[in-house]
Amino acid sequence: MPCDLTVQIGTLTLGNPVIAASGCFGYGVEYADVVDLSLLGGVAVKGLFLAEREGHPPQRIVETPAGMLNAIGLQGIGVHRFIREKLPELRERRATVIVNICGSTLDEYVELARILSDADGVGALELNISCPNIKEGGITFGCSLNGTFDVVSAVRKATRLPIIPKLTPNVTDVASFARASEEAGADAVSLVNTFLAMAIDVETRRPKLSNIVGGLSGPAIRPIAVRMVYECRRAGKIPVVGMGGIASAADAIEFMIAGAYAVQVGTANFVDPFIWTWLVDGIRDYLQRHGIARVRDLTGTLDTTAREKEWTSS
Amino acid sequence: MPVDVEARVIANTRLSPDYNVISLAAPAIAAAAAPGQFVMVKLGHGSTPLLRRPFSVFEVLRTGRTVNGLTLLSKRIGVTTQMLFDAVEGDVVSCLGPLGRPYATIDPPAEAWMVAGGVGLAPFATLAEALCARGTSVTLFYGARTGRELFYLDWFRERGVRLVLATEDGSLGDRGRVTQPLERELQAAAGRDLMVYACGPEPMLAAVARVAATYHRASQVSVERVMGCGLGGCYSCVIPVRQDPTGRHYVRSCIAGPVFAGADVVWE
Repeated sequence: MPCDLTVQIGTLTLGNPVIAASGCFGYGVEYADVVDLSLLGGVAVKGLFLAEREGHPPQRIVETPAGMLNAIGLQGIGVHRFIREKLPELRERRATVIVNICGSTLDEYVELARILSDADGVGALELNISCPNIKEGGITFGCSLNGTFDVVSAVRKATRLPIIPKLTPNVTDVASFARASEEAGADAVSLVNTFLAMAIDVETRRPKLSNIVGGLSGPAIRPIAVRMVYECRRAGKIPVVGMGGIASAADAIEFMIAGAYAVQVGTANFVDPFIWTWLVDGIRDYLQRHGIARVRDLTGTLDTTAREKEWTSS
Repeated sequence: MPVDVEARVIANTRLSPDYNVISLAAPAIAAAAAPGQFVMVKLGHGSTPLLRRPFSVFEVLRTGRTVNGLTLLSKRIGVTTQMLFDAVEGDVVSCLGPLGRPYATIDPPAEAWMVAGGVGLAPFATLAEALCARGTSVTLFYGARTGRELFYLDWFRERGVRLVLATEDGSLGDRGRVTQPLERELQAAAGRDLMVYACGPEPMLAAVARVAATYHRASQVSVERVMGCGLGGCYSCVIPVRQDPTGRHYVRSCIAGPVFAGADVVWE
């Protein structure tokens, strides 16, 4: 039985629901030698400001139980160099490009959206309002319902590209942020960004990251992320792109059952840069095994009905 | 183009209570690797450790002309190096590589001076072989805490490499840092055409780059930073290099390095 793996986010059609997560895949071109970028549902490139940024001093990552902390500080080449130096190769490789944008001000988000709307080869914009590692901008929008509404509305007026606010889990009620995004005209929301966290070297009593605190990702956060995707799905109609510690097809399927239309994979790509084909194959196998013709029919199929306890004696 | 190989452990030789050399059946990587390149290694499929760890390719194993594997020189300091220390024949190590920019080799009649500190010996076995094969005269300046932690001395001697040793406890070679005999010999080498290669702890690399510059010598240093992916995806392994007009700029040591010109790095 052939399966339809395509997923729709606003006007953008993804060939399958598996997207490389922003901040974990460079600008995509770094991986062009090891992965056929056209086989990914999408490539969410590293967060871009208008200008180039240096990021935080090392040490920028530290491994923690079943996860890692990062405080990269959004080192990046800025939107103009991205369009000039990276976008042509992404186009040539037939990647579905989702550009993650970050601003210190509302005007910067709008400006970025305008510039990228005019660039050839951009499929959608992911609004980074959730990076826990920089003080200015971004997270200040993402931690306030009004701020989230305002930035999404402003970008909505500036572009016809699909817009996907990326939500932070570092709030009391993430679903209210999905609703605010929906009301402001977003096409989808993606979640979760990393959990603000910290690790200390007890011998030296020094923080393990130069930024002192950083964002936790990896399998350690997956159950919390699944719960948050579930809450957002129940709270509104807006499509949810789920992420947080996905390292296998079963993990991706878990997010989709909880309510995700598509998923993003970040930390697991560091461990296995060849993960993409077997994630997609694993999802296809699952759909066939369960007689599901279209991957979008899997979304939100969590079964919470009470059941007789079944047992067989054999 | 890097490949990911589930490499079987062929042998595991313990050199000391902390150091070991592990032989892996990864011929595709071994055949493609250039001196100074590295592999990203992971043992087991669990979450501890979660991330791969970078290791220089130490030796390329051959039977006649057939390449059958590579070795890694490891010092036991963390989870992965403990697992590499404990691994036995038949275990499987996931090995992604070869990665990174290698050392640039030089043509004779130039001399190559390799400066190694501790486990920083790792890239110099393959570099020595490559340089000796080109007829370059090779010297290894090799420092460690004690003589018991200076390894493979006969291996290098057999290949015609001149050894200059230094130990912090004075048990073998000069007492003190390896940069002392390096500086002494650089003073005496005026007019000779030579390239300095270094790998070891970062303060040693900074000292080598500084002393090489003092005597107007070019140096190539291999750095080791905390690395997440090895492919340029995560931006964790950055190192500051000189850049005009801003003065300095972070570059990813996995793809812009791990080998840099000593004069390009901003030592902190």
